[in-house]
Amino acid sequence: MKAAETVTAQQQSVQHDGDVVLARQMGRQMAMALGFSKPDQALIATAISELARNIVNYASHGTVDAQPVSDGRDTGLHVVVSDRGPGIDDIEAAMTDGFSTGRSLGLGLPGTKRIVDEFDIQSTPGKGVTVTIIKWKHR
Amino acid sequence: MAVRVPILRQGSHLIASIQEELSDSDILNLQSRILDEVVKRQADGVIIDVGALDVIDSFGTRTLAEIASAVQLRGAKMVIVGIQPEVALSMVLLGLTLETVPTMLDLDAGIAELNGAAR
Repeated sequence: MKAAETVTAQQQSVQHDGDVVLARQMGRQMAMALGFSKPDQALIATAISELARNIVNYASHGTVDAQPVSDGRDTGLHVVVSDRGPGIDDIEAAMTDGFSTGRSLGLGLPGTKRIVDEFDIQSTPGKGVTVTIIKWKHR
Repeated sequence: MAVRVPILRQGSHLIASIQEELSDSDILNLQSRILDEVVKRQADGVIIDVGALDVIDSFGTRTLAEIASAVQLRGAKMVIVGIQPEVALSMVLLGLTLETVPTMLDLDAGIAELNGAAR
């Protein structure tokens, strides 16, 4: 049986900063179960940590959903981090290194994009943010 | 649940040995306790052992750098020890560096660094 078939989708609700730790542990455990290398497990956990922190900092509540994906050749971990907070007015600016509206280094979103294989961000001002990332095992 | 990192005293040094994953508020709590202890104990060196951390992200990096700066302003020196290799790799790829803080392989090397610097 392939690893991807034994790992089921999981969700972590995020409201407090303790939930950020739970979300990244969930991602790491799923990555480990899917057979990701240790560096990739750390990258996945770090990416989830950055994205889930944005929920705590900018929205009051959100979710992290993780599930295995396959494109026929490779297995990946697909993670959706979503909130119904104020949204992002200028996504292009938010994706620039050093840009921050809060008390941060402004590396969260662009840094996260660098450490995953696929990155998509959708936001409607007033309606929230949804970030989707995929990390593939063999690329 | 809040995690309270033990801060041990060894001679004139303080050693904060992180045992488990920390939330942002746990890290901020550690920051204020280290600064309190440096003043109270008149410590001249601080070692933070981060070997148990699976993730050091932008918030963690920034806070560690802030602790080091504050400790240095008190005339003491801070060393971070035990960054796991995969954590180090993630930090580099994320664009995070700890250029202002000396980092050493392990606790022994950290203590040697502080003692060497004190001479």
